[in-house]
Amino acid sequence: MSAVISAQNLHKSYAGQEVVNGVSITIHKGECYGLLGPNGAGKTTTLRLLLGLIDPDGGELRLLDHAVPRHAREARLRVGVVPQMDNLDPDFSVAENLLVYGRYFGMKDSEIEARIPALLEFANLIHKRDAKIPTLSGGMKRRLTLARALVNDPEIIFLDEPTTGLDPQARHLIWQRLRELTAQGKTLLLTTHFMDEAERLCHRLAILDQGRMIAQDTPQALIAQHIEPQVVEVFGERVPQWAQQHAAQYAQRFEVSGETAFCYVSDAQPLLAHLRGHGALRYLHRPANLEDVFLKLTGREMRE
Amino acid sequence: MRMNPFAPPRLSLRFVPIWRRHFLVWKKVAATSILGHLADPVIYMLGLGYGLGSLLPQMEGTSYLLFLAGGTVCYSTMNSASFEALYSGFSRMHEQRTWDAILNTPVTLDDVVLAEILWSASKSLMAGAAVLLVIWLLGLSHTWLSLWTIPLALLVGLCFASLGLIITALAPSYDFFMYYFTLVITPMMLLCGVFFPVTQLPPVLQTVSAILPLSHAVDIARPLLNGALPSHAVLHVAVLLGYTLAGFYVSLVLFRRRLSR
Ligand SMILES: Nc1ncnc2c1ncn2[C@@H]1O[C@H](COP(=O)(O)OP(=O)(O)OP(=O)(O)O)[C@@H](O)[C@H]1O
Ligand SMILES: [Mg+2]
Repeated sequence: MSAVISAQNLHKSYAGQEVVNGVSITIHKGECYGLLGPNGAGKTTTLRLLLGLIDPDGGELRLLDHAVPRHAREARLRVGVVPQMDNLDPDFSVAENLLVYGRYFGMKDSEIEARIPALLEFANLIHKRDAKIPTLSGGMKRRLTLARALVNDPEIIFLDEPTTGLDPQARHLIWQRLRELTAQGKTLLLTTHFMDEAERLCHRLAILDQGRMIAQDTPQALIAQHIEPQVVEVFGERVPQWAQQHAAQYAQRFEVSGETAFCYVSDAQPLLAHLRGHGALRYLHRPANLEDVFLKLTGREMRE
Repeated sequence: MRMNPFAPPRLSLRFVPIWRRHFLVWKKVAATSILGHLADPVIYMLGLGYGLGSLLPQMEGTSYLLFLAGGTVCYSTMNSASFEALYSGFSRMHEQRTWDAILNTPVTLDDVVLAEILWSASKSLMAGAAVLLVIWLLGLSHTWLSLWTIPLALLVGLCFASLGLIITALAPSYDFFMYYFTLVITPMMLLCGVFFPVTQLPPVLQTVSAILPLSHAVDIARPLLNGALPSHAVLHVAVLLGYTLAGFYVSLVLFRRRLSR
């Protein structure tokens, strides 16, 4: 498999603070790769470095066989970008946004016009072709931004939090579209705060924290490697006292956050039997997921 | 490995689609924009020209109104480019994030900055043409030489767009532009012979005036409207071009430092 994105030992600091600190990533053609991390972890900065938009302080970068940042421009010919913050042209209609954007890739107007119906269809925006941007909902703007990123039929698509701020329906539609893109053989690099999104979409993912890459693997492998397979969440006012007295006895590992105790176990049966005898406590038994890994690795405290 | 912010500009035709984007936005408000370009000189020239003109004798051998017209061509084009490069440029760079969107495509910051300058100068070209039209309609100038004020408007536009972008590159917010207009543009207007001859100024200020770009523009425009060839035209053009190139380079370095780090 050939690498289409590669970063070796990437460094970037702002005002003496290491924002990206020794990150190495290799992404292969056709992969959907996720970057997870708390606010301020350095996800957007990493994407901007890979696109050659900002200068690294150190490290080797290649994008589609071009050295970055020196030849990033040539590489970006075959890349599409969905930025974290929408920057559609508010003065233009939906179709004009696509037309004007395609021109930046050196495409002829006729060539772009020919692609617009399919792009609008992909974004479920056919009936909004002539609508002005301020009249669109958040979900429509996000879909248009995705369609705009595809105007040049890119091989790689960078997506910075593509579903943040969207309702579940809108999010599911975006997920479906991203799966279609993966099925077409496109390479996707996305950042997200939604663990279910990452778990569903990404073949592999990396967790960033304070500029460092603290884990990287398939979602299943990360869960298997970092966390016990079962989780029992125990809720209730008396949880702190209960946890202090009993949790260690039944769980390999537990964490108390407010009035919830997260108990990580290989075999949940003894704990569940104990809880059934403890009427005052409610509980939820579920398999471990990526969010558990994320919280274990990055901690439960707020970062900013 | 690191890109050098002081590297010379890399010019290409990639500015064209960016310029077309700005033009398409403008087309949507073209009617009001053109009315504005026409109203501004009409108000100035009629207000000041007839008001002051009735009090003043001939100035430098012409009517005050024609004297003022030469200044207005330059002042109006300076203003157009400055407003576009500062307020609209800042909006595109910062508020609307238009530059961010464009920079994700295979264009570079150099292309974006060049497009800003050329677009702002295009606005100046329109402003200059509007002033000339007003001058003709008022019957002030009857010479084909006056047509040369149109390329002059473009040059003045390039010059003040480039200088204005230095301020845009440094600006933390719109408020910052007040300083530029109060401390640079207004004094420039007063020192460069727009409303009265520079010879009325004390010698020190005359020296200052001689190095300001607007005086060089006025020194070209005024004779042209009078049907005369400007003296030292080459020098004046060279000064305006010099400011343009310096402004382009300095603003580009500042934008690279602001946005590419
Ligand atoms: N141009 C800049 N100048 C100074 N600091 C910056 C700059 N860009 C990013 N930072 C800082 O770098 C850190 C990482 O920012 P980045 O935007 O990469 O985080 P992120 O992981 O994308 O966060 P979020 O999830 O909130 O989008 C933050 O502390 C941010 O304040
Ligand atoms: Mg971000």
